[in-house]
Amino acid sequence: MSSATTTIAAGSEAPVYYEIDEHPHPEGHSTLLGFWIYLMSDCLIFAILFACYAVLGGNLAAGPGPKDLFDLNLIALNTAMLLFSSITYGFAMIAMQNKNLRHTQMWLAVTGLFGAAFLAIELYEFSHLIHIGATPQRSAFLSAFFTLVGTHGLHVTFGLVWLVTLIVQLGRHGLNPANQRRVACLSLFWHFLDVIWIGVFTFVYLMGML
Amino acid sequence: MSANTHAEQVEHDSHGIEIPHASYRDYATGFILSVILTAIPFALVMTGALSPAMTAVTIMLFAVVQIVVHMVYFLHMTPKAEGGWSITSLIFTIIVVGIMLSGSLWVMSHLNANMMPMAHEEMSQLP
Repeated sequence: MSSATTTIAAGSEAPVYYEIDEHPHPEGHSTLLGFWIYLMSDCLIFAILFACYAVLGGNLAAGPGPKDLFDLNLIALNTAMLLFSSITYGFAMIAMQNKNLRHTQMWLAVTGLFGAAFLAIELYEFSHLIHIGATPQRSAFLSAFFTLVGTHGLHVTFGLVWLVTLIVQLGRHGLNPANQRRVACLSLFWHFLDVIWIGVFTFVYLMGML
Repeated sequence: MSANTHAEQVEHDSHGIEIPHASYRDYATGFILSVILTAIPFALVMTGALSPAMTAVTIMLFAVVQIVVHMVYFLHMTPKAEGGWSITSLIFTIIVVGIMLSGSLWVMSHLNANMMPMAHEEMSQLP
């Protein structure tokens, strides 16, 4: 098949034109897709940590196991915090759609509070574990546990930093296209972290208690 | 540049960036489904209503369903989003993750099976 269109004989179908020139794209038109692909690569990081946990999770080195350490009530509370923060972020997205700057900022702030509550509970759990001697050095199970859950917590921390930055930026520049794009990207990030948390509470905490 | 591409470009500019449309209905549906899909596994494990094996299968099933719910209602994943590229990259990631997880577990379980058995007392003497 040739892409040349000049050799078509007279009387045949109409000539086909091909676009050769690169035409300009609006700024940031592919940011959301690019960010999605970043999230997919992040997904691979978590998949590797899940695989490590699955392989090493049984190696207790005669130390404490999941049943001795986990408190499901605390985890249920933590899960609720993250789930509430997901829906409040949804409200922020809807407020942004309605061009309501104040409400967008307010819902983002509420999301941040739920995220901070999640982190506080997680840090409390970690400090409790370390206090009773279940440190990452204790066994392969605990190393894998702290790495997996800690990496998720670190992502939430960075999400919170981003959230605060965005609220300040919204206050300064309003709902311009760049800021709308950023809010949409953080929305993907935030909901993605919730998806990872589903894996964490199912495979680490609930399965650990069986 | 032909007139055709020019018209297309103008249309593109007025369009701006495509941000997926969100609605209260979507988020509320997603939230309610997530609450149900989270509460049932927690209740099953906390009460121990089913046998451990059955519970494990059930909660894994609930997790998969909940991940799909989040993808559809919170991440607004549709086959048409971004001209199909989002779902393409998602499917690719799922395939890679599937190969990696099942492969790691398979290989490592065989490795464990081929290791020399070690008594419990010996193990606790390890550094």
